[in-house]
Amino acid sequence: MFAVRAVCAEPGFSAAYQPVSFELPASHILTLHGASGVGKSQFLRALADLTPHQGEVWLEGRALSATPPAEWRRTVAYIPAEPAWWAETPLAHFATPPPAAWLAALALNPTLLESPVERLSTGERQRLAVLRAVALRPRVLLLDEPTANLDATNAAALRGFIQTYVQEHAAAAVWVSHDAEERRAIGGDSVALLAEVPS
Amino acid sequence: MIESLSALDLLLAGGLVAALGVVQFWHGLQLTRSLLMGSLRMVAQLLLIGYVLNALFATESLGWVLLMALMMLLLASYEVIARQKRRIAGWQGYSIGLLSMGATAASITAFALLFVVQPAPWFTPQYAIPLLGMILGNTMTGIGLALNHLTQMAASQRTAIEGRLLLGQTADQAMSGLKQDAVRAGLIPTLNMLAAAGVISLPGMMTGQILAGAPPLDAVRYQILIMLLITAATGFGGLLAVHFGARRLFDGRERLRLERLAPPKR
Repeated sequence: MFAVRAVCAEPGFSAAYQPVSFELPASHILTLHGASGVGKSQFLRALADLTPHQGEVWLEGRALSATPPAEWRRTVAYIPAEPAWWAETPLAHFATPPPAAWLAALALNPTLLESPVERLSTGERQRLAVLRAVALRPRVLLLDEPTANLDATNAAALRGFIQTYVQEHAAAAVWVSHDAEERRAIGGDSVALLAEVPS
Repeated sequence: MIESLSALDLLLAGGLVAALGVVQFWHGLQLTRSLLMGSLRMVAQLLLIGYVLNALFATESLGWVLLMALMMLLLASYEVIARQKRRIAGWQGYSIGLLSMGATAASITAFALLFVVQPAPWFTPQYAIPLLGMILGNTMTGIGLALNHLTQMAASQRTAIEGRLLLGQTADQAMSGLKQDAVRAGLIPTLNMLAAAGVISLPGMMTGQILAGAPPLDAVRYQILIMLLITAATGFGGLLAVHFGARRLFDGRERLRLERLAPPKR
C-alpha cells in the first residue's frame, strides 16, 4: 500500500543516510530507529516531500512525483517532533473540530482547544498535533517520536489511538522511536536507518 | 526665472558644513571625515549628473533617453536587491527587482508621458528623465521593503510555513498572510507620503517648481500627478515583487527552499 524505493537524501540537503526501501501493507505500522543525527527526521521529511530527495515513493499505486504536492502531504501526513503552531488557539489549526471521543482517548480536556497555544504543555501540543493531522484522514502517518514528551500512561494512550486509527481505516504508519521497548509494544517490522559510509 | 547660483554662493553654503566639521572636531566626534567625504561625493555625483542631463537634453534622441532609462532601471534593481538583509541569491534576485520595476515604474512613466503630460516629442528628456527618476526612486524603496519583509519573515517562520504545507495547504495558501504583510510593508512609506503631502511636508518637486517661478497651482497639479503615479507604481511593483519573490522561495514540488536566500547580512 505504501512503497518506498531507494529513498535517500539529495546530496547537500541533509545528513547522508543509506538508501531505504520497504513496502508497507495496509493496517501495518513500521518502526524506524537509528543513531542520533543519522537523519531519521530528514528521511520522514523526504517521504512527505518537504525536502529534495532521491528515490521514489508510492501510495496505493500512485507515485509521489505524479501526485500534486499538497494532496500528497495531506494523505501522507508527517507529524514533526516539534510541531509548529501559528494561530492563537489549537482549534484554529483544525479544519473541523476533533471528535470528543478522540480527545477523551488521549486524556485531553476539550477546553484546551480554545486555550492560547503557548499555555499548553509540550505533551499536550504533541498529542493535539497528532489529532490535527489525523483529522484530515491521512492514509499514511509519519510520526517523529510522538511520545517523546509523554508519561507512560499517555504514551500508551497515544499508541492505542494511532493503532486503532491505522486498523480502522486500513491506513499505515512509519513511526520513529528510539525506545526499543516502545518498538516492541508497537509490534510489526522495524527498520534501522544507517549512516552513509563515506566512500 | 530662477536666480542663478554662482560657485561662490555654493561655497558660502559649504562654509556652514565646514563650520559644523570644525565644531565636531573640537568635541572629539569622529564624524568630520565622513561629513567631508559625504559632502564631496554628493557634489561630484550631482555635478556629473548635471553634465549628463545637459548633454542628454541637447540630443533629444529617443535612443539616448532609453539608454539612460535602462541604466537607471538596472542601478535601481541592483540597489533594491543589494540592500536586502536576506536577498534572493543569484541572478533570480536581480531579475525579480528588474522585472517588477520595469513592469511598473517604466511602463507607468511611459503611460504618463504618452497620455497625460504629452510633451512633444513624448520622450522629451526634460520630462521623461525626472519623471522616471521620481517614480523609480519611490518604487525602489517600496519594493525593497516588501521583499525584505517577505524573505526575513519566510526565514523566521519556516516551521510555521512548513507546518501549513504539512496540513495539505498549497504554497500559495501557506504564504498568503505573509505575502499580504509584505505588500503592506512596502506601501507604508507611500501611505505616509500621501498623508503628509502639503500638511507636514511640502513635496520636493512642487517646491522646486515654485522656486523656479511656476504658479503654485500649476506646481500643485504636477505634484498630484506625480504622487498618483508613485502610488500606482509602488503598489503594483510591490505586488509583483512579492508574487515573484514568494514563488522563488518554493520549488516545483512546493517545498520551501530557504537556501535560495543569501546568508543574512549584518
